[in-house]
Amino acid sequence: MADPHKPASPPAPEAPNPDTDAYAHEAELEAHLQTKRMYINMGPSHPATHGTVRLKVELEGENIASMDCEIGFLHRGFQKSCENVTWTQCLPYTDRLNYVSAMMNNFGFLNAVEKLIGLEIPERAQYIRVIGSELHRIHDHLTCVGATGMELGGFAPFLFAVEARELIMDRVAELTGARLTTNFGRIGGMNRDLPEGWSEKVIKTLDKVMEHVTEIDGLLTRNRIFVDRTKDTGVISAEDAIDWGWTGPCLRACGINYDIRKTKPYWVYDRLDFDVPVGEHGDNYDRYLMRIEEMKQSNRIIRQALRQIPSGPIILDDWRIALPPKPEVYGTIEGVISHFKLVMEGIQVPAGEVYDCTEAANGELGWYMVSDGGGRPYKVHVRAPGYPILSAVPSIIKGKMLADLIPTFDTINMIGGEVEQ
Amino acid sequence: MTGPGAHPYNAPDSIASIGAPLSTFALDRITAQFPEAVAERYLDRTGGAWAVIHAEHLPKVAAFLKNDLDFKLFTSIDAVDRLHLAESDPRFEIVYFIYSLSRHEHVRLKVRVSEARPEVPSITPLFKGADWWERFVWDFYGIRFSGHPDLRRVLLYEEFQGHPLRKDYALRDRQPLVPERPIKDIFRGPGTSGVS
Repeated sequence: MADPHKPASPPAPEAPNPDTDAYAHEAELEAHLQTKRMYINMGPSHPATHGTVRLKVELEGENIASMDCEIGFLHRGFQKSCENVTWTQCLPYTDRLNYVSAMMNNFGFLNAVEKLIGLEIPERAQYIRVIGSELHRIHDHLTCVGATGMELGGFAPFLFAVEARELIMDRVAELTGARLTTNFGRIGGMNRDLPEGWSEKVIKTLDKVMEHVTEIDGLLTRNRIFVDRTKDTGVISAEDAIDWGWTGPCLRACGINYDIRKTKPYWVYDRLDFDVPVGEHGDNYDRYLMRIEEMKQSNRIIRQALRQIPSGPIILDDWRIALPPKPEVYGTIEGVISHFKLVMEGIQVPAGEVYDCTEAANGELGWYMVSDGGGRPYKVHVRAPGYPILSAVPSIIKGKMLADLIPTFDTINMIGGEVEQ
Repeated sequence: MTGPGAHPYNAPDSIASIGAPLSTFALDRITAQFPEAVAERYLDRTGGAWAVIHAEHLPKVAAFLKNDLDFKLFTSIDAVDRLHLAESDPRFEIVYFIYSLSRHEHVRLKVRVSEARPEVPSITPLFKGADWWERFVWDFYGIRFSGHPDLRRVLLYEEFQGHPLRKDYALRDRQPLVPERPIKDIFRGPGTSGVS
């Protein structure tokens, strides 16, 4: 970087072009001031850097000459912690990766572990996972869209989004017992079934949530200020997005139709009818539209899944994997021993390695796991979707206005928990 | 806005590969093209195909994957410290995942490096997405990527001692207190800024 103490050479005044500049005839009245580059820090605790990211911005006037992104303020040693607890005990840590859609992280982790062991979970559990994931997908997108609206000056959309989020959180709390960090699901299935009357409540909730989504859609999508701030800002080409490793709605906004739910369907996604929205321009506006449309598709998925869900067991009946039912634990010696071994030693995952991915709210949530045959993971690598997306931001924002950084940072929906592990 | 677009990257047979066993297409092509680069090939228990590549041949294998085989979507890099595994020499294993949008499959590559010389050629010049992942591996495993334009720690701070995901870094290891960095890169404007 140049020495900030010394002023940069003044910019050569460009000859005004009367064809493109309506005020060209007034150019002679402009004072060409000598400017120098200014360095400003956005974050780690700036209202627009949700999560804790420090953006070191070098400004040339109002344009960003260069930007450096410093992350890690929220690093909690996710991988190291996982290597020192049993496979089941990793679950609460996965909640805290993307705390806005905790269930998707839970289930993604479980999916990879089950693949490593070679388990096929009961059908009902697969449906519950789809329902939980899609509820949290709506939840995640609402947060993103609401925050985008708020930071561009529209407070009402944010309130609608929070209201809708609150409804979803209530259903999630009824299902899992927790509002944010759900710790729901166990290796081999789920830890509890849908509560009595929950499905009907979800349908009513979805009606209400979609009402709010329509409201947000109406307030933002054709709003002049919002469109001006988001259209053609934060643009990334499809080639660049692929090269940087973007996935999820941000990649689809560039016109790439890549959704793991379609290309490599897991659980019961192949039985559900839904569309994958694909954008065109790769700008903030398209990324926003992807999220609005995906919420509508998730709504479709949940309704179908609730109609189709079969009755049956929710977890495998294998005491090497799942805890035995409580009467067996208290009444039989086999039950006690299995319970003891599962809790104290953990599930014995056969030695091996696996890479598996699911479509989380922000893109491909990948897991590379190595087991040495014991009860604890030897290595848990998480490929958080936000990590490659955030790494591209300095390059796409270079030379653009400082004000464009805000919507760009919003629509990529960087989540500190998963990026900084 | 719904439905598949007509972008050249969107394969027409996007649903064709469902249920197919994980293919070895890319690894077969690499083995045919650069037999000297491939040290070992195997299938893991879940059917994933792996190739262990000699470190010095990694850039040309990666370039071949990207330019000729259409593996362009950079997924991730990480490393494994094999200190406590049965087979622990060489000590580190760096894993690469790259995805093909036209074939809908990941390619899984490994590079093994020893503790004495933990260095791999960087593929950041080829895949921009590798940038932060290589910094991550340097940060947590202390493996250098030669040719990386800006190999700094990414999540931890520069003064951090050691590399915490190495198996010989204890879970409860403590770090020394770090003196505050002199703030010389901040220009506070004229005056003393409250400091006399």
